[in-house]
Amino acid sequence: MNAPLRRVGVVVMVLFGLLFANLNWIQAYKADEYRNSDYNGRVQVAEYERRRGNIEAGGTAFATSKETSGELKYQRTYPGGAKYAHVLGYKPVNLADTGIERIENDFLAGTSDALIANRIKDMFTGDETGGGNVLLTLSKRAQDTAYDQLRNNELGAKKGAAIAIDPRTGAVQALVSMPSFDPNPLASHDTGAASAAYNKLEADPERPLANRALAETLPPGSTFKIVVAAAALENGITKDTQIPAGSSWTPPTSGTPIRNAAASICPESQVTLMDAVTESCNTGFAQLGVRLGADKLKEKARQFGFEQEDLTVGQLGEDGLTVAPSRTGAMQAPGGETDPAALAQSSIGQRDVKMTPVEGALIAATVANDGTQMRPYLVKQLLGPDRTTSYYNADPQELRRPVSGQVASDLRDMMVSVVENGTGRKAKFNGYTVGGKTGTAQSGPNTPDHGWFIGFALDRNGTPISAVCVMLEEAGSGGSAEAARIAGRIMQAAAADSGSR
Amino acid sequence: MTAAATPAASPATTGEQPGVRLARSRRNSELSLLLLAMVLVAAYGAIVEANMLDTVTPDFWMPAAVLTVLFLGMHLVVRFLAPFADPVLLPAVALLNGLGVGFLRRLDLAKAAPAERETLAIFAGTGGRQLAWTLASVVLAAGLLALVRDHRAVSRYAYTLGLAGIVLVMIPAVLPGRFSEQNGAKLWIKFGDSFSIQPGEFAKLALLTFFAYYLVRKREVLSLASRRILGIDFPRGRDLGPVVVVWLISLLVLVFEKDLGTSLLYFGMFVVTLYIATERVSWLLIGLVLFFGGAYLAYVLGSTIGGPFANFYDRAEIWLDPFAEPHDRGYQLVQGLLALGTGGLFGAGPGDGQPGLLPEVSNDFIFAGIGEEIGLFGLSALLVIYLLIVERGLRAALAVRDSFGKLLAGGLAFTLGLQVFVIVGGISKLIPLTGQTTPFLSAGGSSLMANWLLIAVLLRVSDAARRPVTQARGPAARPGGGPPEQLHGAPTEVIRP
Repeated sequence: MNAPLRRVGVVVMVLFGLLFANLNWIQAYKADEYRNSDYNGRVQVAEYERRRGNIEAGGTAFATSKETSGELKYQRTYPGGAKYAHVLGYKPVNLADTGIERIENDFLAGTSDALIANRIKDMFTGDETGGGNVLLTLSKRAQDTAYDQLRNNELGAKKGAAIAIDPRTGAVQALVSMPSFDPNPLASHDTGAASAAYNKLEADPERPLANRALAETLPPGSTFKIVVAAAALENGITKDTQIPAGSSWTPPTSGTPIRNAAASICPESQVTLMDAVTESCNTGFAQLGVRLGADKLKEKARQFGFEQEDLTVGQLGEDGLTVAPSRTGAMQAPGGETDPAALAQSSIGQRDVKMTPVEGALIAATVANDGTQMRPYLVKQLLGPDRTTSYYNADPQELRRPVSGQVASDLRDMMVSVVENGTGRKAKFNGYTVGGKTGTAQSGPNTPDHGWFIGFALDRNGTPISAVCVMLEEAGSGGSAEAARIAGRIMQAAAADSGSR
Repeated sequence: MTAAATPAASPATTGEQPGVRLARSRRNSELSLLLLAMVLVAAYGAIVEANMLDTVTPDFWMPAAVLTVLFLGMHLVVRFLAPFADPVLLPAVALLNGLGVGFLRRLDLAKAAPAERETLAIFAGTGGRQLAWTLASVVLAAGLLALVRDHRAVSRYAYTLGLAGIVLVMIPAVLPGRFSEQNGAKLWIKFGDSFSIQPGEFAKLALLTFFAYYLVRKREVLSLASRRILGIDFPRGRDLGPVVVVWLISLLVLVFEKDLGTSLLYFGMFVVTLYIATERVSWLLIGLVLFFGGAYLAYVLGSTIGGPFANFYDRAEIWLDPFAEPHDRGYQLVQGLLALGTGGLFGAGPGDGQPGLLPEVSNDFIFAGIGEEIGLFGLSALLVIYLLIVERGLRAALAVRDSFGKLLAGGLAFTLGLQVFVIVGGISKLIPLTGQTTPFLSAGGSSLMANWLLIAVLLRVSDAARRPVTQARGPAARPGGGPPEQLHGAPTEVIRP
C-alpha cells in the first residue's frame, strides 16, 4: 500500500503547487489590476479616513461629512437633498463622482497640492485635519426659488431647467435641472444599495441625472431673435427701422409658410424692429434673417457663445461642469448655397438651432452688461480646513464681447419693451427694470412645445443684478409665459439676496 | 498483481522506517517548536494591535498565553499517551489555530467601537468564541488520545461509525430549511439562533473510518477480480456497488444540501482510500470520470431545468466570470480576489488590511482576509504548513505497519489536504467556490473540533508508526507486522477469475 500512498503524497504536492501558482497569478501578476479595480473599496477606505470638507452656499453647508462607526469613517451627506444635486453632484463609494464633488475633489479630500502644508503638519501632530471647504456663488434664496418654482410650475411640466447669472461677474446665482434626484442614497456606504439607487435613476425615462441647464440643448425658439436682432443692428438697421412683416410669409424656395403664434401679432406689412421683438413677430424675423444671410447670423451666434465646445462652469481657470456646445446648424444648403427656407426657420430659433439654458442666460447677461460676456463660474472661494486661510478667491473673467455697448443698449431697450408691453409681462417685478425675450419651440410633430424665457433685471441705477434663462421642456401652450413668470421670481430672489449682501 | 499489494509484503517496505532505527520520541523537539509557534502567535497579536490601535496594550499576550497553556497541556498528554507521535503535527496545527484566533480577534477589534478596542476581553467576540472552541477541541482531542490507545481498536466500531456518518450527512438534508439552511447551503443543525453544528465535519471522520475498515476487508477481491480494457484493469461490476453508493450519496449531498465542496470532499476521500487499498489506477479514473461527469451533468441540468441544480449552475457561472456581475452573484468571489490582489507580495501588514470589505471573512473567505494582510509570502508559508501536516500524516501512514492504520491515516491526511485545496482554490478562482471551512483558521466549532479529532487520530497512528519494535506495546508487538487478527480473520471472498 505504500506505493499509492507515496503517489497520493505527490498528488497533494501537485494540488498545493496549483494553489501556489494560482496565488502567484493573483497576488503578483494581477495584483495591480485588482488593487486599482473599480470594485475595490479599499481605495475609498483610505480616502474616507480624512474628513472631507464642506461645500457651502450662502453660509450653509449643502455637502458635509459625518463621522460613523463603520469601516468607512465618514458618511457624505447632502442636507439640501435634490435641490443642489446638479451643482454639487455626489461622491459615492463605488460609483463615479460628479459635479463640484468631482472637480474640487482634491481640495475637498485634502489631497490637493495647495493643502500640502496641512498634511505635513498632520504628520507631526498625528491629527487628521480633514479637507478644505468649497464656497459656491449660489444665492440660497434664488436657488430655493428656482427649484420650488420649477417643481411647482403651473403647467405641470416634468422637465426643465433654470439658471441665473450675475451679469457683471458671471457668478452663477441659481442652477436647477428638473427632474432632480436625491444624492444621499448614492453616497450610501452600502454599495449594493447605492448601485441600485443609481441604476434606478439611470433607467428613469425622464433622465433625472442629466444636467439640463448645462449639458442639454433644445431649439431655443424666439429667444434666438435677440441674436438675429443683434446682427441686424450691426448691419445698418436701427430699432426703429421698418422691417417687412405680415401674418404669413413663404420663403422663396419653400412651400411651407412661416406664420405668427397668433393672428393679432404683426399682421401689418411692416413693423419696427422694436415692435417685431416686443410682439415676437415670426414673419418679420424670418425675412430679416434671409435678408442678413446665413454667414452673418452664424457669426453673430458664434460671438455670443454658440459653437464653443470647451466651456466649463466651475472654478475659473480650472476644471468645471461641462457645458454642451449650442449649435446654429448649417442654415444653408449642403453645398453652401443659400437656402431661404432653412434660413427663415433658423432665424426664429427652429430647424437645427439648438441652445443650452446657460447659453440663453449668457445672451441675456451680455445684453445687460453692456455687451461684455463674463465667464460663468460656481466656485467663489476655497477655504482651508481651519476655515480662515483662503486658498482661492474668484476673480471674474471676461469671456468675450459679442456686441458693442450701443448695440447692447438697443437690445436692452427692446427686451425691456418685451416685458413692459409684449410677451414677457409675467417676468415683471417691483423696484427693478426687467427685460427679456420669450420663446416657444416646436420639438416634434406630436410633442408639446418647449417654453423658454431669457431675461435680466436692472436696479434703479441701471446696474444689472441678474440674468436668467428658464426652460420648460415639452410644457405645451403657455410654456413661455410660465417660464417668464418663474424667471421673474428667480431674479427677484437674486436681487433680494444681492441687496442684503 | 504486484507483490507490494499483498498484505504480507507491505510491512516489508516499511520495515526500515525511522522509528525503528532512531527510536527517539522527539518530544523535546515538539516542545520547542510549539513554543516557537506560540511566540509567533503572540507577535502576530502585538503587530495587529500596533497597527490597529497605534499602541500595544499590556494584555496583548493574553490569547497567546491561554493557547500556550492549552497546547502545553496537549503536549504533556502526547508525551505520556503517545510518546512516539510525530513531533511536527502538534506545533504546526497549534500555529494555524493560534493565527486563526488572532485574525478573528483582529476582526473583532475592527468591529468594536474605537473606545472599546483597547479593552476587548479575550473571550469576547468571534475570536474569543474561537478561543473557547479551541479549548474544547483540544480537550476532546486529548480525550480521544486517552481513550484510544491503539488505533486498530477503532475498527471494531467501523459499521457503527459508518452508519453514524451516513445519518450525520443526511440530517441537514432532511431537516426543514429553517433548521439547516444558511447562505443557500443546507449543512447545519441549528439549535436556536446562536448555536449550530455542522454534522458533515464529523461525518467525514466516521465515514473514513468505515471506508478504511471496509476496504481492508475487501481489498483482495477489489484488486484481484478484474476485466482488462484498453490495458487498464477494471473491477467487476458487482464490486462497484459500494463505489456507486458513495457516489450517489455525494451527489445527493450536492443536490439536496447544495454543497459541491462537501460532495467533492467525500468522493475524493473515498476514491483515494480505494486507490490506496487496491493500488489500482482504474479506481482513480472511474472516480474522476464519475465526479466530473456528475458535475458536468449537474451544470447542464442547472442551466436547462434549474431546480435543485440551479445553485450549482450559478456557482459554475460565477467561477467562469466573476466580474460579469460584480455587485450581485460574483460579489463574494470578486471581493476575495481584490483582497488577495491588494495584499500583493508582502501584504498590507497584520491589522492594516480592510477585511471588513470581505463577505464571510470569518468563515469561507478567511484565507483571502489573511492574504490581504500577509501577502503572497505569508500565504505561501501557511500553505507550506498545511502541506507539512498532510505530508506528515501520509508519512505516518507509510510507516505504520497495519493496513487499517495506513488507510485511516492516509485517507485523513489526504482529506485534510483536499479540503484546503477546495476552499483555497475556491476563493482564488482556481475551482468553483464552495462553502468549506479552512481547517484550523475559520471560525466555527464543528470544523475546529472535527479537525482536532483528525489530528488526534494522526498523532495516534504516527505514534504506532514510530514506536520502536522492541517495545512490547502497540502494533509492533506482532513480529512481521501483519494485519491485525480481526482483519485477518475476515472471510476471504471466493475469487472467480
